[in-house]
Amino acid sequence: MEINRRLFLQLLGGTTVGTVLVNFLIPKKSQAKIITQLPEFMGVLVDTTRCVGCRSCEAACAEANHLPRPDTDDSSVFEKERKTSVIQWTVVNRYETEKGEVFVKRQCMHCNQPGCVAACLVKAMQKRKEGPVTWDTNCMGCRYCMPSCPFEIPKFEFQSANPKIQKCNLCWDRLRVGERPACVQNCPEEALLFGTRRELIEEARRRIYQNPGNYIPHIYGEHEVGGTGYLYISKVPFEQIGFRTDLGTTPYPEYTKDFLYSVPLVLLLWPAFLIGVNAVTKREEETRRGGKR
Amino acid sequence: MSEMTAHGEMKNLKELFVFIRNEMKPKGKVFTPFNIISFPIILLGAVLVLIRLAKGLGSVTNLSQEFPWGIWIGFDVMVGVAFAGGAYILTFVVYILRSEKYHPLVRATVLNGFLAYVFYAGAIFLDLGRWWNIVNPILGNKFGVNSVLFLVSWHFLLYMISLFIEFSPAVAEWLGLRRIRKIVGSLTIGAVIFGIALSTLHQSGLGALFLMAKDKIHPLWYTEFIPVLFFLSSIFAGLSMVIFEGTISHRVFRQQIDQEHHDSFNRILIGLGKACAGALFVYFFMKILILIHGKQWPLLATPMGTWFLIELIGLVLLPCILFLHGVRYQNLTVIKMAAILSMLGIIINRLNYSIIAYKWYIPLSERYIPSWMEIVITLSIIFTEVWVFRWVVNRMPVIRESPEWVMEEKTVQESMTVRKEVPQWKISTM
Repeated sequence: MEINRRLFLQLLGGTTVGTVLVNFLIPKKSQAKIITQLPEFMGVLVDTTRCVGCRSCEAACAEANHLPRPDTDDSSVFEKERKTSVIQWTVVNRYETEKGEVFVKRQCMHCNQPGCVAACLVKAMQKRKEGPVTWDTNCMGCRYCMPSCPFEIPKFEFQSANPKIQKCNLCWDRLRVGERPACVQNCPEEALLFGTRRELIEEARRRIYQNPGNYIPHIYGEHEVGGTGYLYISKVPFEQIGFRTDLGTTPYPEYTKDFLYSVPLVLLLWPAFLIGVNAVTKREEETRRGGKR
Repeated sequence: MSEMTAHGEMKNLKELFVFIRNEMKPKGKVFTPFNIISFPIILLGAVLVLIRLAKGLGSVTNLSQEFPWGIWIGFDVMVGVAFAGGAYILTFVVYILRSEKYHPLVRATVLNGFLAYVFYAGAIFLDLGRWWNIVNPILGNKFGVNSVLFLVSWHFLLYMISLFIEFSPAVAEWLGLRRIRKIVGSLTIGAVIFGIALSTLHQSGLGALFLMAKDKIHPLWYTEFIPVLFFLSSIFAGLSMVIFEGTISHRVFRQQIDQEHHDSFNRILIGLGKACAGALFVYFFMKILILIHGKQWPLLATPMGTWFLIELIGLVLLPCILFLHGVRYQNLTVIKMAAILSMLGIIINRLNYSIIAYKWYIPLSERYIPSWMEIVITLSIIFTEVWVFRWVVNRMPVIRESPEWVMEEKTVQESMTVRKEVPQWKISTM
C-alpha cells in the first residue's frame, strides 16, 4: 500500500491523538510508582485479650455519629454473631474459643488501599490522608463498593428513598480537631489504642514478645489485603473469632489494575487495526467495482 | 409509506411536524395477543417504578446487605448488554470487512443494540439508590478514574451515541432529510470503529467489575480472566440474539421483506451459526484452560461443581456442537435451538457471577431470590423495548429497503468515487 496524502494525514492524526492519550493516561501510572511510601495513616490497635464486652464503644460511636443509642445492658445480643448495620457502625461480638470467651469489636478496617475506594466511580468513598475511609453524598448509590469490600463493611439504606452508605469513618471530624475516635476515648479497659500504624504495629509486637503465652504471633491487618488501619491481636487463631484468614495480602485495587492498564492500549491499537483493515477492504471493493465498469 | 418520504424532500419545518404527528399514531391492529399481555404488565411495572422511587429500593426488591446486586444488575444490565453485542460484531462484519451478505440484518441489529443499551443499561437508573446523582461520573468534578465502573459508565454513554449515529441514516430516510442523511451516513465508519473499541472494553469491563469480589465468587468461576471470558461470550451471545431476534422479526414483519431477502435469510442464519460455533469453541477452550490452570479439580465433585459442569457442558459445549451440526446439515431448526441454548447459557453465566455463585457459602434461606415486583419491572422494561422496536420498524427503513432516493444518490456517489480513483491509480503506477 503506497502512502498518499490522505493516508499520511490519517496516520499523522492518529499519532497525534495517540500521543495526547498516552500522555494523559501514563503519568498516573508513574505517579503511582513514586508513592511507594504510603503516608503515615492513623489507626487503632484492638487488643482482644483486654476487651470485656461492655459495649461502651458501641454507645460512644452511636452518640458521636448520631445513630440510635444501643441498649448496652442487654447481653442477649451476644447470642448471635452480629454484623455492622446501617444504624450500627461498630458491633462487639462474643466468641466461645478453646481459650474461653473472647470479645471482638468489628467496624470498617480502614484499609491502606481500600477496594471500596477503587470501586467508587465518583470518589464518594475516599481514603483520607489521616487514615479514615469516608463516604460522601455525591454517591450514586450503585453499591459497587459493597461487593468490592473484603470485610463487607459498607451498608446501604435499602429502606430509604434518600439512601446513604453507612460505615465507620474513624471519627474523621474528631481526628481533624486533634481528638481520638469516640470508641477509643470511651474504652474503659484500654483495649483500643489510637496512633499511627507504625507505632501501633510496634506496640502490638512488644505485647506479643513480652507475653508470648497470651497472644498468638500474628497481627491481623498488618499484611491482610495490603494492610489495614485497624489492627488486631488475639490469644486464639483469628478464624476462631470471626475473621476471614483467606483474604491474602494483595491490596484489592490490584485485582483490577491489569484490566485498567489494558484500556488505553486497546483504545489505541484496536481502532488503528480496524482503520487498517478498513483501508484494505475499501481498496479491494473499489478495485472490484472499478473492474466491473 | 407516506407520500412525502416517497419523493424524498421535506419542504419546511411545519410539514415535518405534521408528518411526525401522523407517524405517532398506532399502525396495525391494537388488540393483538402480545399487546393484551404486555400492556397491563407495563402499566403495573410503571406503578411499581413509582413506588420504588418514592420509598426506596427495599420497597420493591429483595436486595439485602449480603446481596447488594439483584436481577436488575445481574440480568437486565449484564445479560442485556451481552445480548446487545450483536451490534458491534455485525457492524464489524458489514462495514469493516464489507461483507454484503449480512447487510440486510445490520440495521435491525444496530437498532436492537441501541434500544437494549437505552432500556437495559437504563435499568441502572432504577437500581441506583441515589439516581439523581447519575450525571456525576460524566459531569461531576470528582472522577473515580481508577474505577472499572467509571470506565463502563463512560463507555455506555459513548457507545449509545455511536449506535445512534450508526442508526441515524434510517431516521433521516424516514424523515426524508437528504442533506442530513448524507452527513450522518459519512460518519458511519468512524462510529463503527469507535463503537467496536468501546464494546470490547465495556463488555469485558462488566466482567472486570467482579474482579474485586475475589473472596465472594466461587473459585470455579473466579479467575483473573473474567474480563476475557465476558468479552468472548458476548460474541456468541450477541450473534445468538441476532439469530433469535432475526427469526422473530422475519416472521412478524414478513410483509416488509421482498422475496430476494427472504431467500438470502437462511444463508445468513447458517453463516451466523458458523460464527457462533467458532466463538463458543474458543470460549469453551478458554474455560477448560482456566480450569486446568486453576487446579480446582476437587471442587468439581461438589454441588457447585455439578452446576459448573451443567453450564460448561450443557450450555456451552452442547450448543457449540449443535451449531456445527446445523451448519453441516444446513438444518435451521437445530441452529435456532442452539441459539436459544447458548442464550440460556449466557443468562445462567451472568447470574452465576452476580447472584448464584456469588457468596455460594450462604445457605439458601438467607440467599437473594428476586421479588415478583423486580420480575414485573424487568418484564415491563423488555416489553417497552419491544414496543419501541416495533414502532420504529413499522415506520423507518429498518427491515424494509431504503427509499429510492437513497439508492439513486448512492449510485451517483459511487460513480464519482470511481472517477476520482482513476487518476490516482495512474499516478501511482507511473
